[in-house]
Parts: sequence; C-alpha cells; structure tokens
Amino acid sequence: MKTIYLDHLAATPLHPKVKEAMIQHINTIYGNPVADYSLGQQAGQVLEQARLQVADLINADPNEIVFTSGGTESVNHAIKGVAIALRERGRRIITSNIEHKSVLNSLRTLRLLDYQVTSLDVDNYGLVDPAAVEKAITQDTILISLMLANNEIGTIEPIRDIAKIAQKHQVVFHTDAVDAVGVIPVDVKDLGVNLLSLAANIFYGPPGVGALYIKKGTPVWPLLDGGMQENKRRAGTENLIGLVGLGVAADLARLEMPARLPHLQALKERLTRGLWERIPDIQINGHPNQCLPHLVSVSIKYVEGESLMLMLDEEGICVATRSACASGSLRASHVLIATGLDFATAQGTLLFSFGRDNTEADVDKVLDVLPPIVQKLREMSPLYKKINL
Amino acid sequence: MYSQIVMDHFKNPRNVGELADADGIGEVGNPVCGDMMNIFIKVKDNRIEDIKFKTFGCGAAIAVSSMITEMAKGKTLEEAMKITNQDVAEALGNLPKNKLHCSNLGADALHSAIKNYLDRKTGKIKDLDWDRQAHLKGSGPEGCYCPYCQKKIEEESPFCVFCGSEIPHEHDH
Repeated sequence: MKTIYLDHLAATPLHPKVKEAMIQHINTIYGNPVADYSLGQQAGQVLEQARLQVADLINADPNEIVFTSGGTESVNHAIKGVAIALRERGRRIITSNIEHKSVLNSLRTLRLLDYQVTSLDVDNYGLVDPAAVEKAITQDTILISLMLANNEIGTIEPIRDIAKIAQKHQVVFHTDAVDAVGVIPVDVKDLGVNLLSLAANIFYGPPGVGALYIKKGTPVWPLLDGGMQENKRRAGTENLIGLVGLGVAADLARLEMPARLPHLQALKERLTRGLWERIPDIQINGHPNQCLPHLVSVSIKYVEGESLMLMLDEEGICVATRSACASGSLRASHVLIATGLDFATAQGTLLFSFGRDNTEADVDKVLDVLPPIVQKLREMSPLYKKINL
Repeated sequence: MYSQIVMDHFKNPRNVGELADADGIGEVGNPVCGDMMNIFIKVKDNRIEDIKFKTFGCGAAIAVSSMITEMAKGKTLEEAMKITNQDVAEALGNLPKNKLHCSNLGADALHSAIKNYLDRKTGKIKDLDWDRQAHLKGSGPEGCYCPYCQKKIEEESPFCVFCGSEIPHEHDH
C-alpha cells in the first residue's frame, strides 16, 4: 500500500537536491570552520554559503543569521536572550494564547526568574488584535513574541502591523516563523521584526537545523555559552552537513515557491471542499483566507481524533491529530480552545498538511476513506446519539 | 504504540451499541479529559445476560470498552464488581502509561451500570440526564484522575498529590 504523507508541518522528506548536497559534503567536508588550515577554511566557506542562502530566503543580511539546532532553540534563544540582555530595563513580555510550546515553556522558565508575562486572547480565527498588543505594552515591557503562522490552524497573524507598534514603543519584537518560512514568502525587512525563528525541516531540509534572524543592533544574550562560533552569538561547533542541507533547502524554497504555492493551494481547496460535501457536522478551523496554503484543520464532531488517525493509518494515510489523547498530555489543544472551540469538538480535530509530492489522487483517497471511518466511529459514539435524539 | 490485542479490539470492537431495554446504564468520563464511555447491561438471575457499549474516545478507550464487555458478559454482578481497570489493561496486553488516565475507564463504567441497576431496583434511580448535561459541559462529577495512580485530582494540579507524578497540562501559560 502506498503511504500518503499528509503531515508536512511535523516534518518534511528531504528534497532530492538537499539530500544530494548533504551526501556530497559529508564525504569531503569534515574540517572545523574555526581552524585556520585550508581544510577548516573550506568548511568555513561552506558554512558562509549556507548563511547566504538562508539570508536570501528571508531578505536578511548574512551576518544577521545565527545557526541553531532548530526552531525550538531559535525561539528559546530569542526569548531568553532578550530577557537576559534587557533584564535591567524591564521584566514584562507580551505573547498570545496560541503560541507554540517552545514559546510557552520558555516563558514558563522566565516566570520562575521573576519575569511577568501578558498573554493575549485571540479571536475565533486565531487572530491577535494589534490594538490589544499596543494596549498591553507597559513601561517595563521588553519583548513581544508572536507567531507568524499558527502551527495548528494556519492563521497568519498581522505581524507587520504589530511590528510597527513594537517599534513605536521601542519594544523588541520576535516572531516565531517556523511554520511559515520556506512555505510562504517571508521578508524580514518588510515585516519589520527584530528577531525571527526558522527551521529547515519545514521546507524539505533536515531536522535538527534552524536559524535565528537577529536584526543588527538587537540586544540578545547567547543561549549556549562556550566558544566564539556564530560571531560569539551561539557557541558549539556547527552542524555543518545539516547546515548544507538547510542552505540548499532555503535556495530551493526561494526558487520553487512560485510553483509550489498554487499546487498546495489547489490541494487544500480540493480537500476542504470535499470534506464539506461528504461529512456532515464538521468545522474548518483557522482564518478562511489569511492562512497557510498547505494546512487544513478540521474538527469532526462526536468523534475523537486519535481514533480517526489510527484508522486512516490503516489505510496508509499519515495525518496529525490535536486530540488530548494523542498529545501525550491530558488536555485538548490550547490553540483550539483559545479560538473558542468546546472541548468535545476540539478532540475530533485532524490536521492535514500538504507537501510538494502530494497529488490530487492523494486528496481523493482521503475523501474516499474518511467518510466511512467517521460514520463507523460516530455509530460508536455516545455524543452522536445524544445530539441527534 | 498499542499492543496487537488493543489494535484488534479497536478495529473490530465487540458489543458496540445500546440496549433499548437496559436494566442498568453506566456513564463515565467526559470530553474534557478525553474519553466518555457508556455501558448498557441486561441482568437476569443476578447475571449480566447482555452488555453493550458506546464510547467517544481514542483507540485505547474503544479497545477497553470492547474488552470490558467481553470480560463481564455472563458474570454474576458480584464477579463483575470485582473486575478492575487494571484487569482490563492486563487483558489487553497493557496500555501505554499516559493512556491509563482517561482511557482505562471500562471497569468504572461497568460498575456504574451495575450500581444504576441496583439503584433502580431499590427505587433510587440515578438521574442520568443530569450526569449527561454535566458531561457535555465538560465538568462531570467524575472529574480528572491521576494517570498513574488513578486517584482523583484537582483539574489544574501540576502533579498528583497522592503519588507525586508530574501531570502535563496543555495550557501551562
């Protein structure tokens, strides 16, 4: 049975050209970029090439790119780095109720260190209101951290507007753009942010590699202490082969994006339309237009997401679910609850995210097998009967 | 993640449905914590003559429901009351640790159905509609339980006061 992979927000397969570049370099480049002999210098050149490629993808200056071990480290670095650097100036940080756990838990740590956090509500689409951000800014606010695109509902936040507000009040602004960079056009100068996190495994690069954009002059203390790598901003010998992959993936994302976007958008529309037509009592989450082009979050009432996911897996279809059961924690997704979904409906949420290899036939397969699965589980569900009495 | 027995019961659940003329109905869990289980029993000569279930929940919850109906069928009420959630988990070739929280409610649901039967017999009919409303609102009388030792805990507590296990919550901000 052919595997249909529809969880590109969790990880993406390596682009063949990324794989090729990584294999080529793993055979030849093993020097340490800090070494002054020629083998080290060669490695250094490879590193700077990757930096240039990442900078080009987001319209940054190469020396504003700091390589990290992925999205989580970038976010930790941005938030904790600013908090430490500006600890004398203030202790308040503004964020939203739908951020990724790397943001939430970085802030949890900072709260232990006497920082205060203002977490803003979102509307039913998951949008943060820029006016609410401005209202929340106090004398001692040092950082605003808001995601560019939500990883569960796909809603794209008004980052440009909020960055203007942050600038006006001289507050540092970080955006967690992990799920957006490499998928949709992202331009740091246009957005006007100080810090931006990105990760390679969202756009067909390897996992465990990412970058933090640090606009020149932004006060950020290093997260990892040690040597002078990354211009003293991130210690530790660089993951060179991974970074080659990140660089090539960034290049390909920039070049292929005009072709990828309409392909993804078409698959998304086909799936969304089919779901509406074939399954009653569903809800599509996230903003209808201001949304990632490859993500469909659907809440299927009266059934639970993990059961759906397991049954789709039996059919060779890999999707994510946002039910409490499957999350390893005891709670339904904080994002879905923040957008106003009730707990029972949130439990029945599936998250489809498309990639460049997916086809219309993949979508049609989902639309063929999902309705009977939903029906089978609904027949089993006590909630279904009660509501239709 | 799941044992073969769990997957078998999940894919081919036994005794799904309702009994229109049930002598006892049990209902446990709530959608806030994840799962909700209904058990219907028909009792004859102090024995569980027929049993059916309806469950809203994950793979483990459905497998647990299926397994408890198999284990309880034909048993006397006393025997059925002695089946524990642990017994069900063992019969399924064990469950992942985090699933012991919400999903392993089979014995509770069965016991609730038996109590409901006994209450009806003695004229103390449990108000199922009230239960139902509370469940749908997500704040049933059953509340939240520690996933590791099964004791009732406060909704937001970061760790279980009985066994000390850390309990993950999604909205930690």
